[in-house]
Amino acid sequence: MNYLALVYYQEQQIDAMTEQEWHDLNQQCIRCVEGLSESGHFLAGQALQPTRQATTIRVRDGETLVTDGPFAETKEQLAGFYLLEARDLNEAIQLASKIPPAQLGSVEIRPIRQLPPKDEGESL
Amino acid sequence: MQHFTSSLLKIGNRVNTESLDLLYQQYSRQVLSTLIRLLGEFELAEEAMQDAFYAAMQQWPVDGWPEHPVAWLITTGRRKGIDQIRRRQTARRYADEQLHLQDEAEPELDPTAIQDDQLRLIFTCCHPALSADARLALTLRELCGLTTEQVAAALLQKPTTLAQRIVRAKQKIKAAAIPYEIPHANELPARLQSVLQVIYLIYNEGYSSTSGTQLLNIQLADEAIRLGRQLALLLPEPEVHALLALMLLQHARQHARQNANGDLVTLEQQDRTLWLRPMLDEGLQWLALALTKPPAGVYTLQAAIAAVHSNATSYDETDWQQIQGLYQLLYQQWPSPVVALNRAVATAMHQGPEAGLQELDALSSHKAIQNYHLFHAAKADLYRRSGQFQPARIAYQRALALVQQEPERRFLQQRLATLPN
Repeated sequence: MNYLALVYYQEQQIDAMTEQEWHDLNQQCIRCVEGLSESGHFLAGQALQPTRQATTIRVRDGETLVTDGPFAETKEQLAGFYLLEARDLNEAIQLASKIPPAQLGSVEIRPIRQLPPKDEGESL
Repeated sequence: MQHFTSSLLKIGNRVNTESLDLLYQQYSRQVLSTLIRLLGEFELAEEAMQDAFYAAMQQWPVDGWPEHPVAWLITTGRRKGIDQIRRRQTARRYADEQLHLQDEAEPELDPTAIQDDQLRLIFTCCHPALSADARLALTLRELCGLTTEQVAAALLQKPTTLAQRIVRAKQKIKAAAIPYEIPHANELPARLQSVLQVIYLIYNEGYSSTSGTQLLNIQLADEAIRLGRQLALLLPEPEVHALLALMLLQHARQHARQNANGDLVTLEQQDRTLWLRPMLDEGLQWLALALTKPPAGVYTLQAAIAAVHSNATSYDETDWQQIQGLYQLLYQQWPSPVVALNRAVATAMHQGPEAGLQELDALSSHKAIQNYHLFHAAKADLYRRSGQFQPARIAYQRALALVQQEPERRFLQQRLATLPN
């Protein structure tokens, strides 16, 4: 099973960190990725720039509408993601609980959905 | 259960319906819990289980009862389930499952494996990744074997709402791959808490529904106790024994809690000769077992408090000092304002209403407690005991504005009406 672990925290809380605290958090995340890679559970993952760098687009009637900021104002903001390989939800919970920002904010675990097979004879 | 019984009636007197019905009541959950493991899916296992009992109903009267009825039912159910998967063969998404099942050797059916399956079912139904409502509904449906209609009636919900909740829970189990397993030792304490919570919630739903006119719904309380007994056999942990003790000690008071008019009778007013002594004794025995393995957990402490009450000849002659101490220990592990409220009542009984009122005042800063009718009811009672009738009146009115349950409302109104001017 593949799961996406979405990492959320309050950017305000991060902004208020000292250089050293921010450095330490990043080092913890690097070690976490290393550990998950070594055990074969890490498929992909990235940290994200803060939501003030986000751009949201919507396509309506063929027209692309572009707005500044995230799709919705939330208390905690998406800060990164891990694509994990796990036996089942219990293992995914164990793995996700090692993600350092889980101690600051929240980590949402979502099972990956397989798209159905492509219709025959059609080109996308 | 009704499903099966009605099928039996159609066959009429060709079979010994009574013995088969009994077999269903006793073993259908065991058969189901093993079939879920073997077939890997709730819905399919349920159908297969029904099919197996149906087959038993037709074959056993002719061929005689098998030597190991449960094993027969599981093996038959598994075969029915695999047949069902084969029938679905055309659907591409089941192809893998079919291969997997055909490859598998004859299943393990020793008693330990079957016992473990029951624990697997308990831990899966009470998995914290499911919502609290879903855990409750799923446990009543799958573990207690109630029909969706029965669960809905017991929880005062619409059957359609409940059916949807169960379907969604099963979908999540499948889609998120909640495993059918007993938690590992390091996860067990936390996961067990969730199981105990669900069982106690079922018990409390039965003991006093949060709203509505009926104070007691005995059936749910009985189901919770049955689950508690089952868990005590399968997982002999102190907190499991303590929960069973707590439920028995409280349930033993069932006939004293309500008078002939359906009015609430408080612990203070209860006719203690109506308490069911054998049930109390059994509760005390389970508590004694829990106490052999300290430190005492939250259920052990609550059961100990109930035990002190059950040993007292009257409300006034209760060992309130001990109860106050037990609530203090409980508060250290579970710092909830409701626990503090109960401690304050014990303090009042032990040291006088003024001391109790002081503790209650210290609680007033909690927002949640301000909306809890029992907080104001306790305050009113302590004012009444200390002869401060005007503040008592105000507190009763506040409690009445918040109370949801009809028998409790009548009780508070009666107290308010009999307050001296």
